Amino acid sequence: MGFSQIYDSIPYILYGIWVTLQFVSVSAVFGFIWGIILALFKISRVTFLTGFADAYTFIFRGVPLILQLAIIYFATPQVVGYDITAFQAGVLAFSLHSGAYISEIIRAGILAVDKGQTEAAQALGVSYRPMMKDIILPQAMKNILPALMNEFITLTKESAIVSTIGVLDIMRRAQIVAADKFLYFPPLITAAVIYLILVTILTLLGRAVERRMRRSD
Amino acid sequence: MIKVDNLSKSFGSLKVLHNISMEINKGDVVAIVGPSGSGKSTLLRCVNLLEVPTEGKVWIDGQNLTDPKTNIMHVRAKIGMVFQHFHLFPHKTALENLTYAPMKVKGLSKGEAVSTARNLLKKVGLEEKENEYPNRLSGGQKQRVAIARALAMEPEYMLFDEPTSALDPEMVKEVLDVMKSLAGSGMTMAIVTHEMGFAREVADRVCFLDGGALVEQAPPKEFFQSPRTDRAKAFLEKVL
Ligand SMILES: Nc1ncnc2c1ncn2[C@@H]1O[C@H](COP(=O)(O)OP(=O)(O)OP(=O)(O)O)[C@@H](O)[C@H]1O
Ligand SMILES: [Mg+2]
Repeated sequence: MGFSQIYDSIPYILYGIWVTLQFVSVSAVFGFIWGIILALFKISRVTFLTGFADAYTFIFRGVPLILQLAIIYFATPQVVGYDITAFQAGVLAFSLHSGAYISEIIRAGILAVDKGQTEAAQALGVSYRPMMKDIILPQAMKNILPALMNEFITLTKESAIVSTIGVLDIMRRAQIVAADKFLYFPPLITAAVIYLILVTILTLLGRAVERRMRRSD
Repeated sequence: MIKVDNLSKSFGSLKVLHNISMEINKGDVVAIVGPSGSGKSTLLRCVNLLEVPTEGKVWIDGQNLTDPKTNIMHVRAKIGMVFQHFHLFPHKTALENLTYAPMKVKGLSKGEAVSTARNLLKKVGLEEKENEYPNRLSGGQKQRVAIARALAMEPEYMLFDEPTSALDPEMVKEVLDVMKSLAGSGMTMAIVTHEMGFAREVADRVCFLDGGALVEQAPPKEFFQSPRTDRAKAFLEKVL
């Protein structure tokens, strides 16, 4: 089927794993932090903050990710005058985008924590910040871990669209090899297998963490 | 001293407390009784501002809680509260449940907080459970940890909202015993309870709430033997 013809290009494609992982982990961390902040906005009683967070979520969930990416990559240099790299544009787009999704997950997780926990903390004189950080968020995290893991898996798969702005990730490398050899099936299947393996590892990792957290119950 | 002055509370259009005035002096043990839905919990929760009164004032040691300038966190730190459903922090051990607030709120060192916490766990008979998570404790044990957690802040007042209502009958006594010894040590306490025997034995005064109004206030002997109002009589006939 032609796999032997791309044999010497496989290391080149494999190197894309590193690029993809770098990209996904940086975006995941920023998206997660941004998601927590947005979630706190959403449950706050400050109308401006809830309004902002809701509008933000509406926009970033409503516009296709590939379009957000294009806007950030191609429009930023013209509007802001900053010559953004493809990698930076990708991280920015994915963090902003997944922040919107993650904020919804976290918001639901926070609201699912028994109201009595808040009252117990308040009755002890614990103020809002430490209460959120030490009492509410740790419990919310435990509930939402599966959903969060899902979001990171989605992120890993969706990250392939950064290939459209030229980031040399797994997808882009497979396409380059394909174009170079005029041979599509083998490199694309190779990329597909790599993504499947990554997703499987992430899923197993998620289950392991979940099991660990459940032990303290 | 806790002073409730002409307190009213509404949830939307539902008025659940009507012009309540009462005082709880240092060292007093006050039992708050009344039918379900009469507003007992709401009254108690207004005392540490878990509910915000719609009208009227609550004074703690001369500080007006309803004044926006009052630092409510400071006031709360000296009022312990015990809930019907415990509300222990499930991701913390018994000991950590006790040490958390003193370290966070009062800035105690870990060493100080732990030694206070161990003493308190011993006092409630749970010194060997310090490393257990709440879900490994029985209901009675959970409530004793919850009492100890409130005491760890060295409060001057303790509020109890039906502390034994969620317990299996055989565990009620161990919790009431802890409360009795606390009352004996001179703690100022307000206790919402359905345990009339306990109220009679431990309280200095019984406050009877009905329909959101404070209908009767009397020493337990007087309240249980010769209630003045028909509403109190009807209530006592049902529960005794
Ligand atoms: N957060 C709330 N929102 C709306 N209504 C409420 C709220 N909390 C209490 N109420 C209502 O206020 C009234 C008094 O409730 P409260 O819980 O104070 O009664 P209670 O005397 O403690 O009853 P119980 O013995 O069943 O605990 C009830 O009619 C209740 O439905
Ligand atoms: Mg109640």
